[in-house]
Amino acid sequence: MSKDGILEKLKSGMAKTRNLLAKNLDHLVFDKKELDKELFDELEELLIAADLGPQFVQDLINDVRDRLTRKELQNTVQIKNVLQERMAAILRQIDRPLIIPAGQPFVIMVVGVNGSGKTTTIGKLTGLLQKSGHEVMLVAGDTFRAAAIEQLEVWGNRTGVTVVKQNANADPAAVVFDALGKVKSGYNGVVIVDTAGRLHTRVNLMEELKKVKRIMGRELAGAPQEILLVLDATTGQNAVIQAKTFQKEIGVTGIVLTKLDGTAKGGVVVRIAGELGLPVRYIGVGEGMDDLRSFNSSDFVSALLD
Amino acid sequence: MFENLSEKLESIFKKLRGRGVLNEESVGAALKEIRIALLEADVNFKVVKDFTEDVRIRAIGREVIDSITPGQQVVKIVHERLVDLMGGVSAHIKFGSHIPAVIMLVGLQGCGKTTTAVKLARLLSREKKVCLVSADVYRPAAREQLAVLGRQINVSVFAAENLNDPLEICLQAIEQARRDGCEVIIIDTAGRLHIDEPLMDELKKIKLKVNPAEIIYVADAMTGQDAVNVGSKFNELIGIDGVIMTKMDGDARGGAALSLKAVVGKPIKFVGIGEKVDALEVFHPERMASRILGMGDILSLVEKAQAVIDEKTALLLEKKIRKNDFSLEDFRNQITQIKKMGSLQDILGMIPGLGKMKALKGLQPDDSEIVKVAAIIDSMTKKERFNYQIIDGRRRKRIAAGSGTSVQDVNRLLKNYAEMKKMMKKYNQKEGVKSLMRNFPF
Repeated sequence: MSKDGILEKLKSGMAKTRNLLAKNLDHLVFDKKELDKELFDELEELLIAADLGPQFVQDLINDVRDRLTRKELQNTVQIKNVLQERMAAILRQIDRPLIIPAGQPFVIMVVGVNGSGKTTTIGKLTGLLQKSGHEVMLVAGDTFRAAAIEQLEVWGNRTGVTVVKQNANADPAAVVFDALGKVKSGYNGVVIVDTAGRLHTRVNLMEELKKVKRIMGRELAGAPQEILLVLDATTGQNAVIQAKTFQKEIGVTGIVLTKLDGTAKGGVVVRIAGELGLPVRYIGVGEGMDDLRSFNSSDFVSALLD
Repeated sequence: MFENLSEKLESIFKKLRGRGVLNEESVGAALKEIRIALLEADVNFKVVKDFTEDVRIRAIGREVIDSITPGQQVVKIVHERLVDLMGGVSAHIKFGSHIPAVIMLVGLQGCGKTTTAVKLARLLSREKKVCLVSADVYRPAAREQLAVLGRQINVSVFAAENLNDPLEICLQAIEQARRDGCEVIIIDTAGRLHIDEPLMDELKKIKLKVNPAEIIYVADAMTGQDAVNVGSKFNELIGIDGVIMTKMDGDARGGAALSLKAVVGKPIKFVGIGEKVDALEVFHPERMASRILGMGDILSLVEKAQAVIDEKTALLLEKKIRKNDFSLEDFRNQITQIKKMGSLQDILGMIPGLGKMKALKGLQPDDSEIVKVAAIIDSMTKKERFNYQIIDGRRRKRIAAGSGTSVQDVNRLLKNYAEMKKMMKKYNQKEGVKSLMRNFPF
């Protein structure tokens, strides 16, 4: 898919939002006084609907209101620009793609709550990294969910890469230990470790994850080089707490925002970017091999508001 | 974020005059906060708007009952309205007249359909002969997942050997179920986006041919504003009879429940509260209301405690606590009783505000600790159990050796016990905890 194609895919779900926004912004020009309250209501609704969160939205609205009073804003285009710029300014700071050096082992640990799309993301990421010339090895660290290992193996077959695994219910740290043994005996590519989905509130499961991470560091200095948190774009404000907890407990270094092919806007990542400064590395826009893309903040903001 | 909406409202009401009756000004100020609380809980914007308008009309002019403050009064009205809106409809599973009764689970990818299918099968299999089938031919290993879980709960799962057409799989599975004398068959469908036309058409076709008694929409409790778009599209295209909310064991406030109920109008029947096959509960609107408002889930806790602790021992225990007679032996009995309530993690999660308390973060609840504690207390003499102060260094060494633990473990236990006694003393002086203590002495 071309770059324009991906933007289109992102935008298509939001067409309705855009039309509404444009329509109401036009009203402002014709009848300032009367439609003020209605306009701000509509504006607020559209921003809230994108899951930007009530506090942040209030902040944005107040800003627009102030600027209108000061007559800095005269028309709809300017209002749109202000909103867009505010979000872009936040997202620009986290516009840091994942750079993987060639010729040395690079371990990526993939974590997240249940059903966020970790395994599918790993499958797609494998394809993406292969395209840019990386060798990839997968590690079936989700030994808990039924058939999770088989699911990863299917992706392994599709992409033709090795899947390091043990039996169901094995200690995930032991599987990781096996995989890093291969690194020690000369493997030089990317190692992607799948982990079982877990709610961030499960203290013992978070401890298990810490142990997995500890084993990685012990077996290979500097590993894991990247810890990706997979977030479902459909998730509401709880995504902030998820990101905070995973960052604090495990040390997340990047986010993958999945399921952006639906009608959810994933606006909560703007909040996460503002509060935690975590970069969004990739976005998922479907279940196909090519449906993982590098995150681009200006595309994302355009899709959110344009 | 504020932990407790009532507290937040109290601070607003303090600044306002005219406390006897809820007037426009005070209600307006309260509703501003309630509005933010609901939005923060991911209740849909439009739903919040209608809801707060409705509460405004109901609240203005109401007298404030003597025993409570205006803030509590408003929260009470809000809470009651939430309960009314989310409950009210009978939430039983309908089986219809056809045998086997077909139950279809539908929803987005990753919302928890497969796990829910297994939990539901387990629940229903107590009264009926149930079987399962996976119509998910898309996600790798989806069918294997259901097969493995089906074996765990001893429910047969239709093996669709060489079939790759979801409709054909369903039809053959129902035929097989009929031959096997199954009364209920649960179809686990593939996760799909509501805007994916070919896949939604596929669901429509399956529905038309299998004539389901119930179509259950499975919704993730963490869902944001989009919950209404997805839910209403599924309802419009397929028609749903009820909702199961999943991942309720997390700390999402679950506003999607209210949004779905308001927009789709179908009852929420069950909630998923964990990854294990028995972690499915009947939906309680009053608990959901408290949760959406950020008021914790104390009711679940009390109910769980009631289920395992009988009234008589509880009363006896309360007396002991009152008299500060709570011995190490009682301590052990209590701990074993708590264990019957589920994992410590689950219990802690239900206490409002506790999950976020810093002091408790270090207290990683570990069920194996309970076994250790019991062993240590078992290794004490009767005298020691009733008077822990006589346990000196020598006794500690003996107890540690006897229970296969270390002196540090014994020390820690004694320290915790001493602290608990202190806490109980404090609670005894405080009103209001009494009723809770009756059920849950810690």
